[in-house]
Amino acid sequence: MEKFTTHSGRVLPLRRSNVDTDQIIPAVYLKRITRDGFEDGLFAAWRKDPDFVLNRPQFEGATVLVAGPEFGTGSSREHAVWALQNYGFRVVISPRFADIFRGNSFKGGLLTVELPEGVVERIWALAETDPGAEVTVDLRTRTVDFADESVAFELDEYARWRLLEGLDDVGLTLRHTDSVDAFESARPSWMPRTVAL
Amino acid sequence: MVAEAEPRTLAEKVWESHIVRRAEGEPDLLYIDLHLVHEVTSPQAFNGLRDAGRSVRRPDLTLATEDHNVPTLQIDRPIADPVSRTQVEALRKNCAEFGVPLYPLGSDEQGIVHVVGPQLGVTQPGMTVVCGDSHTSTHGAFGALAFGIGTSEVEHVLATQTLPLKPFKTMAVTVEGELPADVTAKDLILAVIAEIGTGGGQGYVLEYRGSAIEKLSMEARMTVCNMSIEAGARAGMIAPDATTFDYLKGRPKAPSGSDWDAAVAWWSSLPTDDGATFDREVVIDASRLSPFVTWGTNPGQGLPLSSSVPDPTQIADPAERSAAERALEYMELVPGTPLSAIDVDTVFLGSCTNGRIEDLRVAAEILQGRHVADGVRMLVVPGSVRVRLQAESEGLDQVFTGAGAEWRHAGCSMCLGMNPDQLAPGERSASTSNRNFEGRQGKGGRTHLVSPQVAAATAVTGRLTSPADLAVRAGGSAANA
Repeated sequence: MEKFTTHSGRVLPLRRSNVDTDQIIPAVYLKRITRDGFEDGLFAAWRKDPDFVLNRPQFEGATVLVAGPEFGTGSSREHAVWALQNYGFRVVISPRFADIFRGNSFKGGLLTVELPEGVVERIWALAETDPGAEVTVDLRTRTVDFADESVAFELDEYARWRLLEGLDDVGLTLRHTDSVDAFESARPSWMPRTVAL
Repeated sequence: MVAEAEPRTLAEKVWESHIVRRAEGEPDLLYIDLHLVHEVTSPQAFNGLRDAGRSVRRPDLTLATEDHNVPTLQIDRPIADPVSRTQVEALRKNCAEFGVPLYPLGSDEQGIVHVVGPQLGVTQPGMTVVCGDSHTSTHGAFGALAFGIGTSEVEHVLATQTLPLKPFKTMAVTVEGELPADVTAKDLILAVIAEIGTGGGQGYVLEYRGSAIEKLSMEARMTVCNMSIEAGARAGMIAPDATTFDYLKGRPKAPSGSDWDAAVAWWSSLPTDDGATFDREVVIDASRLSPFVTWGTNPGQGLPLSSSVPDPTQIADPAERSAAERALEYMELVPGTPLSAIDVDTVFLGSCTNGRIEDLRVAAEILQGRHVADGVRMLVVPGSVRVRLQAESEGLDQVFTGAGAEWRHAGCSMCLGMNPDQLAPGERSASTSNRNFEGRQGKGGRTHLVSPQVAAATAVTGRLTSPADLAVRAGGSAANA
């Protein structure tokens, strides 16, 4: 996974709450068997509307998506994270994320930042009045800077360390194979198996 | 060992019995007892293993089936959509290469992954169960800790049979009292979601408890736990009891003989101890519930069927108000319209929420001697081949086709429309599935979530209808009975 330290970019103000995973990428776009090429599916239904914020030329090239609360509710599809990344987003800011989406975002190196609704409102207002304005998200200092504000955000220390280092979870866990072996040897023999080996 | 003496919740007991490794400042490393796999969220995970030269650590704790993409008609032919076919073929190839058992289309054990696990008896109390699918919460009905994961985590479980996780918070959802007639597990869970909201369960494992929950059948409990994710929760659980043990006994993967006794002894120790505390508690009075339907575009936007489309101007919270306005615009609904006056084109009976045999039975009972309204299409999609065969042995398929409904093969089907079973733009469905998101059942389609009973009654009248109203209105159609 690519390391994440700091990112500066322009904002896509998505003034909607409950942006569910079926809006981020509808199911019919989930059929690829690779991790790339999902940008076509991003907000596919909403993009049909020429007025949709993603279609407005002033926001072209934005890399920081700022949305209302309950972003990413619904499905466990990691394709939602890939679609955002494939399209070019590096950071998503929302007052609140759905759990599975948030977990997936950290696995893939997309930084999701929770900020209070009032701050989100001010970032929206900034982007709408000045689409060229940049927001800087610094994972090292856990701050989001925009206009003349610097706002701190919370992030679990372990998740932050993984992102900063660009670490692969499987590799980390495989260091503890002895513990897994020990656990397995103590499991009751009657626990179900799906196939006889 | 502080925890030993303290009263613990069901979720805490299952969690603590699966800790492989706990270290300060790190997530717990949790052992996974069962990993369910399907074609949509696994190909990139298998690719990851292949790229890193890794194997599947425990193929014997892994089970794959084909459900999301599969057609429900002409299943003996190659899948017509080449992209769907490629994805299904990738699963077959990956399972063969890594030694993972697979129930493919055409097998008697194929079906929606969350219907297949329980019916095989491979889902048992006290287990940890994961799948790259958010409705994995279904398996919590057995007192298992079961939750959906993303593809990176699928790869992690394939490689290590573990997951690094931070403990979840616990929420008790206590439902006391007696559910009125015609009020089902589906109505109950829709009411719970409307109560706590689509984000209210975030970070929590919900434990459904109380007298109304204890009286539910295993299948009804699965319906409740299935939709925990719709309240934003990581998982939903119900304490194992005699109902659970009766359901499991004799299933192909359930323990037998002295193993059964050992298993029951452990399972019986799992229910939440008296005096254990939850991080949050919600209490619902079952006797006040009635058939419930959604009017909007998230599962929290639901109301009793006897009420009317809400007026957004009456909603105080600005975010909720604008969400309601958007939802009504998308759903093309006018505030104040009685919900029972909403016409539908399509009725979908199926999914991991309501595609089991009891769901088909109650719907068939209502459709017996009645007919699907003119201009309405009703799809009946059993959750698994076993459910389909059972229904056919009971003659339910004849009731459905006799009423003018379509009797299909098993799969996820119109719940998410990854196969050809989709709503056309502007079409409106009454659906026993779990999500009413914009376009969920097909681009531009509109979904009202309902119980199987309401689905069947709605099919008869062509508008959202409770079974009780059908009986009153029956006059004409009863003559056909």
